[in-house]
Amino acid sequence: MGFLNNLINGISLGSIYAVIALGYTLVYGIAKMLNFAHGDVIMVGGYVIFIAMTSFGLNSWISILLAVIACTLLGIVIEKVAYKPLRQATSLAVLITAIGVSYFLQNMALLIFGEKPVNFTSVVNVPSLKLFDGKIVISGETSTAIVISILIVVGLSLFINKTKSGRAMLAVSEDRGAAELMGVNINRTISLTFAIGSGLAAIAGALLCSAYPTLQNTTGAMPGIKAFVAAVFGGIGSIPGAMIGGILIGIIEILGRAYISPQLADAIVFAVLILVLIIKPTGILGKKINEKV
Amino acid sequence: MAMLEVKDLYVSYGMIAALKGISFEVNEGEVIALIGANGAGKTTTLHTLTGLLHAKSGSITFDGKELTKTPAHKIVEMGIAHVPEGRRIFQNLTVLDNLKLGAFTRKDKAGIAKDIEEVYELFPRLAERKTQIAGTLSGGEQQMLAMGRALMSKPKIVVMDEPSMGLSPLLVSKIFEIIEMIRERGTTVLLVEQNAKKALAISDRAYVLETGKIVLSGDAHELMNDDSVKKAYLGE
Repeated sequence: MGFLNNLINGISLGSIYAVIALGYTLVYGIAKMLNFAHGDVIMVGGYVIFIAMTSFGLNSWISILLAVIACTLLGIVIEKVAYKPLRQATSLAVLITAIGVSYFLQNMALLIFGEKPVNFTSVVNVPSLKLFDGKIVISGETSTAIVISILIVVGLSLFINKTKSGRAMLAVSEDRGAAELMGVNINRTISLTFAIGSGLAAIAGALLCSAYPTLQNTTGAMPGIKAFVAAVFGGIGSIPGAMIGGILIGIIEILGRAYISPQLADAIVFAVLILVLIIKPTGILGKKINEKV
Repeated sequence: MAMLEVKDLYVSYGMIAALKGISFEVNEGEVIALIGANGAGKTTTLHTLTGLLHAKSGSITFDGKELTKTPAHKIVEMGIAHVPEGRRIFQNLTVLDNLKLGAFTRKDKAGIAKDIEEVYELFPRLAERKTQIAGTLSGGEQQMLAMGRALMSKPKIVVMDEPSMGLSPLLVSKIFEIIEMIRERGTTVLLVEQNAKKALAISDRAYVLETGKIVLSGDAHELMNDDSVKKAYLGE
């Protein structure tokens, strides 16, 4: 039963990684950049919920809603201020800028909230599920994370494949110039992509801080990087790939922690990244990149 | 007044001048050919017309409106559709989704549905393959899709960049037949082609570009008999 419990915990953590990875993959697929500040937007979302609940006494739903709004706006502003001026620049310049934005957010949070972690009150009030006479316990946070991540994947896939804005995103992802010739406003489409990705980061923040209830300025950094590994693992740019990659990385991390070594769990996750890059650089569901002649 | 009027257009890539002050005009209902060798500036001209590139100086007037500062996504809404070189269809999307993207700026759902049927009439091959992923189409079918996609914006003028490139002789003839059909529907065409012979044969007038300048212009059939054109572009 210990194994099953670990597996469930892995899927739970993996679902959170999946929600973060979706933001990474969406922005990479459409804006063609790795937004390394994505993890820190999660931290901002966490703080917004924390303040809304503890300082203003708002209920968890309104707090989450506020966090989604705040992160969505933050995502749009980051894109406009930091990345849009670099639209014609090399990808290395954009990457370095993203790392800069990441440090900026972390240090702003340090300045405002200090270095002491705060205790986050879970926003989930779903009862835990006890199976096999209590031998297997599925906490409310776990079931919520799994359900929410599935809903987000389904919703996002429908949005991308069935709506006009979604089709515009796919067009921009494939050929920016041709999309422009169709009348697609590239800047607006990229801005929308950042808005969605950052809104998802706020939800990921709520789930992450509920499952692991300490919050500090670096809270989003490590999960952000692991979710990036998950996105690469699943095939960066692919929405189902982010989900599968997220779940697998979560399971690998928890099982590694339980059966190999707690200290090595993170190293194992990154070893997986290196292996994926060697064996199948496009990831599990990644598309073969067609070089244009 | 001409539908499209280009005056003294200069375009450069960094320090390198690609267009050195070209002027030409297209009247409603005409088919105009722009011919010239590789690197003469034909694609640059089309890219500047539809906003993918911006002019250093000069003017482009379409329906009385100045276009040189207008972003690409607004130009298609004004009535200029671009069939780009190398087709540039959306390879990972279905044929139908490609056509729907062609109508991106339009909001009249019934009109879009009707025009999709019209494109299918013009290109029956696309109708057979509407749910197929566009990347799996043959070269000729992809070119037809690129043309159909451009027509979906209900343009007043279509600019086409090397539509016959890389196609078998049979398909080349087919593409030129389609261009004539597009003209018969009342759409003006500005055609860039390396296949000067076939382009001149279906055009009303033509301009000859050489290293960023227009060196010759006039009635397409007269140009076909011009000795210098014959020698340089028709291989006679």
